[in-house]
Amino acid sequence: MQRFPCPFCGLRDETEFHYGGEAGNDRPEPAAEVSDQGWAEYLHIETNPKGRSREIWVHMTCGEFFLLERDTVTHEVFASESLRRAAP
Amino acid sequence: MAKDYSTLRLLREGLRGHTGWQPAWRDAEPKGDYDALVIGGGGHGLATAYYLAKNHGLKRIALVEKGWLGGGNTGRNTTAIRSNYFYPESVALYDFALKLYEGLSRDLNYNIMFSQRGLAVVAHSEAEMEMAARIVNAMQINGTDAELLSREQVLEKAPLLNQSDRARYPIYGGIWQGRAGTARHDAVAWGYARGASTLGVDIIQNCEVTGFLVEQGRCVGVETSRGTIRAGVTGMAVAGHSGVLAGLAGFRLPIRSFALQAMVSEPVKPCLDTVLLYMGTGTYLSQSDKGELVIGGGLDRVLSYGQRGNPPLQEQVISGMLEMFPSFGQLKLLRQWAGIVDVVPDSSPIIGPSPLPGLFINGGWGTGGFKAIPAGGWLLAHLMATGEHHEISRPFDLSRFTTGRLIDEAAGSAIAH
Repeated sequence: MQRFPCPFCGLRDETEFHYGGEAGNDRPEPAAEVSDQGWAEYLHIETNPKGRSREIWVHMTCGEFFLLERDTVTHEVFASESLRRAAP
Repeated sequence: MAKDYSTLRLLREGLRGHTGWQPAWRDAEPKGDYDALVIGGGGHGLATAYYLAKNHGLKRIALVEKGWLGGGNTGRNTTAIRSNYFYPESVALYDFALKLYEGLSRDLNYNIMFSQRGLAVVAHSEAEMEMAARIVNAMQINGTDAELLSREQVLEKAPLLNQSDRARYPIYGGIWQGRAGTARHDAVAWGYARGASTLGVDIIQNCEVTGFLVEQGRCVGVETSRGTIRAGVTGMAVAGHSGVLAGLAGFRLPIRSFALQAMVSEPVKPCLDTVLLYMGTGTYLSQSDKGELVIGGGLDRVLSYGQRGNPPLQEQVISGMLEMFPSFGQLKLLRQWAGIVDVVPDSSPIIGPSPLPGLFINGGWGTGGFKAIPAGGWLLAHLMATGEHHEISRPFDLSRFTTGRLIDEAAGSAIAH
């Protein structure tokens, strides 16, 4: 069992986490001007890197979304960073 | 090609002390230039090379493999062959593969040990029986064999199943495909390799593609760890690493790579003579000719290129097996391993031209590539030789992710990949 670092809860079992997608895959705007190819890129196309990867994950038990940097071959985790913004 | 494996030959060699056998295929050195180049020495790649030579008469064909033949997913799967899908496009594809498998030992003059022992998918509630009936109807309409089984019929086929009133997943009935079964996976790779080599294909092992040669916007070959190889047309069949090769070719694919693990028990006497899958647990089993129970289940949940499985999924698969066959709790696990599979959003393969002209793709088979090997090879060979889709491969073109015409088998047949 691998443990991932939730920025809020600390190290927790991998089964508590859910993969959200590749970091930096931002929704294209404005929607009305996005081509079919643009939507396909956003919805389906992946870089799927072998090696170092930047991914969005959610810790399902506390609901924290965060950026996880890890290696997709060795499964080593390099960094975990919350995506929350400070309250105004 | 040489049809030199026969009972007579076996007898003659037996009398001569087995000194006359030759290697089944040539381990070739790369030449600089070919008409067609196949990347990937697994089942799909080897089948592609074989059908390029056999169906299309190409003479100067090379196949490059970064490791050894059949060392990727072809040697790591659970050997099940079936065509129990929901959509007509999928049944056309997988049943084409199944039909080719039915004649493959004879075609290749190589015993792939295809055993049509049937596949039972077990349902656990009235609602699941409705779904089972829906799939059976769809399969029959699409022209493949399927039957709806009662509880008694399921237990007749697999009497060791958990019959307890207190079972978490009680047996209501199931789906039966009698033509489904298992084959010796290594033999499929070796048989195609032998067939291709006999027809003149250069099979080049330990030859990793490190880049693509592009001239005037068209792929004209590859750079490899053993030098440059030019080719009139190139095809890739590199399950699990499709995204990596796409990256080298300068495009991206709708593919995520996951580890799919499998395991075998110690060998025991014959106790299970079908392939068995529980809808409830997602665990499936068959018994190999050596007596090992071959056990598989769903994907690991973490994207990975590491060819090993994580313990949580292993525990889930084994728990599922114990629910299905409580008596198998006595068995010891002998081996556990994993392969890296291409997972596509609609759980259907990608077969067709790539965004780089001159390069064609066969990939995205998810957890089910082995059963499709003959069709995948046949269709990629057709694309490479003619430049056009075969009618069976057309729906699986990469363009479906832009047009939105997906073939969503995850939703259609609840197949877990």
